[in-house]
Amino acid sequence: MWEQIRSNQTRSMVLVIGMGLLLLLIGYILGLAFFDNAIGGLVIAFIVWWVMSLLAYFQGDSILLGLAGARKISHDDNPRLYNIVEEMKIASGLEKVPDIYIIDDPAPNAFAVGRNPDKAAVAVTSGLLQKLSRDELQGVIGHEIAHIRNRDVLLMAIASVMLGTIVILAWYASRFMLFGGMGRSRSSSSSGGGGGAQIIVLVAAIVLMILAPIMAQLIYFAISRKREYMADASSALYTRYPEGLASALEKIAASTGQLKSANQATAPMYIMNPFRKEKRPASNLTSTHPPISERIRILRSMGGASFADYEQVYQQVHGTGKGVIPASALALSHPAGLRAAGAGAATKEPDRIERARQTSDLMWRLGNYKTITCDCGTRLRVPPKFKESTVRCPHCGRINPV
Amino acid sequence: MAAVWVIVGIVVVLLVIFIVIYNRLVGWRNQVKNAWAQIDVQLKRRYDLIPNLMETVKGYMKHERETMEAVTKARNLAQGMASAGAGERGKAEGELSSALARLLAVVENYPDLKANQNFLALQEELTSTENKISFSRQYYNDSVLKYNNQIQMFPSNMVAGMTGFKAGEFFEVTAEEERKAPKVSFT
Repeated sequence: MWEQIRSNQTRSMVLVIGMGLLLLLIGYILGLAFFDNAIGGLVIAFIVWWVMSLLAYFQGDSILLGLAGARKISHDDNPRLYNIVEEMKIASGLEKVPDIYIIDDPAPNAFAVGRNPDKAAVAVTSGLLQKLSRDELQGVIGHEIAHIRNRDVLLMAIASVMLGTIVILAWYASRFMLFGGMGRSRSSSSSGGGGGAQIIVLVAAIVLMILAPIMAQLIYFAISRKREYMADASSALYTRYPEGLASALEKIAASTGQLKSANQATAPMYIMNPFRKEKRPASNLTSTHPPISERIRILRSMGGASFADYEQVYQQVHGTGKGVIPASALALSHPAGLRAAGAGAATKEPDRIERARQTSDLMWRLGNYKTITCDCGTRLRVPPKFKESTVRCPHCGRINPV
Repeated sequence: MAAVWVIVGIVVVLLVIFIVIYNRLVGWRNQVKNAWAQIDVQLKRRYDLIPNLMETVKGYMKHERETMEAVTKARNLAQGMASAGAGERGKAEGELSSALARLLAVVENYPDLKANQNFLALQEELTSTENKISFSRQYYNDSVLKYNNQIQMFPSNMVAGMTGFKAGEFFEVTAEEERKAPKVSFT
């Protein structure tokens, strides 16, 4: 396993370093253009980058979970979800069960955070719990656990911080140029005859300001897309049932709601891009994630559950000899058969209505609402602010103790 | 003189290679041990859940005495084998799995039982424990496969031979039913 992580890391490190160089280049050019001091710009860019990276490293998970409005649950809140996470933890050989969070949102989606496997968390929306069967949920959780296992989450956090820094620097520089520009005029008067060189630097700065965020975004997407394929392959290996993830992706893609609590920087973390056009199923043009139909097609065509099987199908679908799975992971790949649907589940699982009821009960409970069942069958939800000792049933008029 | 240094150099290089391979083998072996411990945890959890299940089911299932006794018997037998090797243990656990599956299959005939909250919670735990057993088995067997490959492949097989690494045993749960299950083909 660790060989696979290492090769993942080296490949992605190159991309991250590329982004870092881009960042420093911006600092350099901006410093040259505005302060007439390239080193000053370099230092500023470097400091901004480091402060944000440290913030992302130590506080990133709580910030992201907070932004998404996620709430932590324990085993008794939703045994099904908790057990599935535990199952996938065992299948992946992870040492510790990640914390589990729920986001109150009808749009089905999921993501993972954490700077290392010991301090990781998975978050799923309530919509996901309602819509997916056990096998499907297992596929999605397997995908998220794979992100944790392959240490994608930290890398994505660092890459997204760099992207953010580049965007911020470029944004401030453009404001500076539009409204200020005094650094430039002062410096040109002092340096006198160097007008030609000045203009070249300025043009380079403008071009870079426009191109850098786009380039950074492209690098970011390149990292994130590869990792999505890798996580899909890992999920298939853990569950030995690629159909589960495939049909989960299909259900997630078919839902039309947009996730309320996502933003551009957090988008690549989700199992599916939360920013597709409202009222429209996810298109194939979503850029942080590979085309959804392709991911499903690869998963459905797999003849076995191993990395080698995934790699083979991926190459067929793309018609190239270039794959997505690192060679070192393939070298350790061993044949793994597929299992039947619902294997291990000797019994029927709750249907969609039952799941919806369980999930809504859970969301009320997490909001500290009390549920009282009246003798007439009506269920009363008592808000935490309710101070009276009894409540009257609006349906039959009985008085119930709180 | 130079020849001596060359020989010393070769010996040092060989020693370093030996140490690296040895440490890697220990790493693989520990992973196998660790994976085995995971299976053990889940099997024990299943032993603990079964008495609870029996207690809950007893009041409802008047006519399933045989099925219930088979589960209890298989459980006690499997628990008694807890210190046996992977091969023998797998057989006993397989019997328990199929006895349990038979019991849960007849639950369909008892609507009252299916509505019992206590039973539903137990059912979720049992289902998940079955899954956890098969996932930990899967991880264990994968680990054993990788470890055995290392032991048998050159050059690590030489180190393994010299230092007494033994091949790991796969954990196969072979229930009667599973073996007998008919192959369905549409061709």
